[in-house]
Amino acid sequence: MSLDQRRAWAAAAAVPDPEVPCVTVADLGILRWVRMEGPDRAVAGVTPTYSGCPAVLAIELAIEAALREAGFDARIERVMSPAWTTDWITGEGREKLRAYGIAPPVSGSASKMSLFGEVSVACPKCGSQDTEKLSEFGSTACKAHYRCLGCAEPFDYFKCI
Amino acid sequence: MALFDAVLELADDHLVLGHRLSEWCGHAPMLEEDLALPNMALDLIGTARGLYTYAGALEGAGRDEDDLAYLRGERAYRNLLLCERPNEDFAHTILRQFYFAAFMVPYWSAAARSEDETVRGIAGKAGKEMAYHVRHCGEWVVRLGDGTEESARRMKDAVEALHIYVGEMFEEAASAGIAALPSRAGMRGEWEATVDHVFGLAGLSRPVVPHPQTGGRAGVHGEALGHMLAEMQSVHRAHPGATW
Repeated sequence: MSLDQRRAWAAAAAVPDPEVPCVTVADLGILRWVRMEGPDRAVAGVTPTYSGCPAVLAIELAIEAALREAGFDARIERVMSPAWTTDWITGEGREKLRAYGIAPPVSGSASKMSLFGEVSVACPKCGSQDTEKLSEFGSTACKAHYRCLGCAEPFDYFKCI
Repeated sequence: MALFDAVLELADDHLVLGHRLSEWCGHAPMLEEDLALPNMALDLIGTARGLYTYAGALEGAGRDEDDLAYLRGERAYRNLLLCERPNEDFAHTILRQFYFAAFMVPYWSAAARSEDETVRGIAGKAGKEMAYHVRHCGEWVVRLGDGTEESARRMKDAVEALHIYVGEMFEEAASAGIAALPSRAGMRGEWEATVDHVFGLAGLSRPVVPHPQTGGRAGVHGEALGHMLAEMQSVHRAHPGATW
């Protein structure tokens, strides 16, 4: 990786997610790569979490702006394949989510989701495994709504896909 | 053009059903469902956008996703009749979604192995999303079917009303002989297994329909679609080329 490419990656990777600002686009794994197309021209590959995620355009514009601010002529390429999976959220990203009050996805999404299959989601506040799902769909497309039966705190769970 | 027609059919299914679900926004029977139904609508409309964009590229006539969604009349729409059925009550909406999602999960799973890279990309994402729809709606079918006397009656009414539209899902229509897309007829076994599993828990039985209602793929729709499109397209048609 050239120095310019590394600098461009660092600029793009630092962009926070607009819906979940505690994590960056790199933490979430939605910034797939940054390539150089000439001395000052950087291209960033971005993949959406969900097909209909309304934040996609905002994310792309923010990355483009960050690259321009770092002195690059910037372009965004939307990457559709392979499909994003929560397995791409980094370890650091998972810890940031937990600290922010969002339970990170329970790993192993590669396995086929069975009908009515339940996973055990730990409360991000107190760590209790005694939690219940209130709704399969939460405040954004990527989250479900849970409640902790230990400390009674409601919380978001980053769905595993 | 054959792949264009087949992709357009899929896009129309997703847009029409997505728009139907979005009509619940602010009207759902409880807050959780007021989030769930529009979230599922977002998934469908997001998938439709990808499909329309691809269809436009295949056609090569310069039509983009908006042209295809907003500037075609009712007779040019190729969606399944199931997708355009009015929302009616919550049981109808949930069952319609369950029927469609139970078809799309195995369909996208097969399409994720397509020779066509764009199809693979759309399928990989949509398949995971539809698995959630099957789970969420399947749980509701059980809850309502095996619930109170009133909820069970409504669920049975929904099965009665919607089952005649099921057969059309398995018609090949424009996708016949297209290597890039899976056989629709081949999804029947998995669809029936999913539905039978859930119906078993819900105390429902799958009716036998000797003559399924079809016509959507030929542009022959029920009265409801025209009204829906009129509402959906009116702003775009009243302000052509508007940006903000």
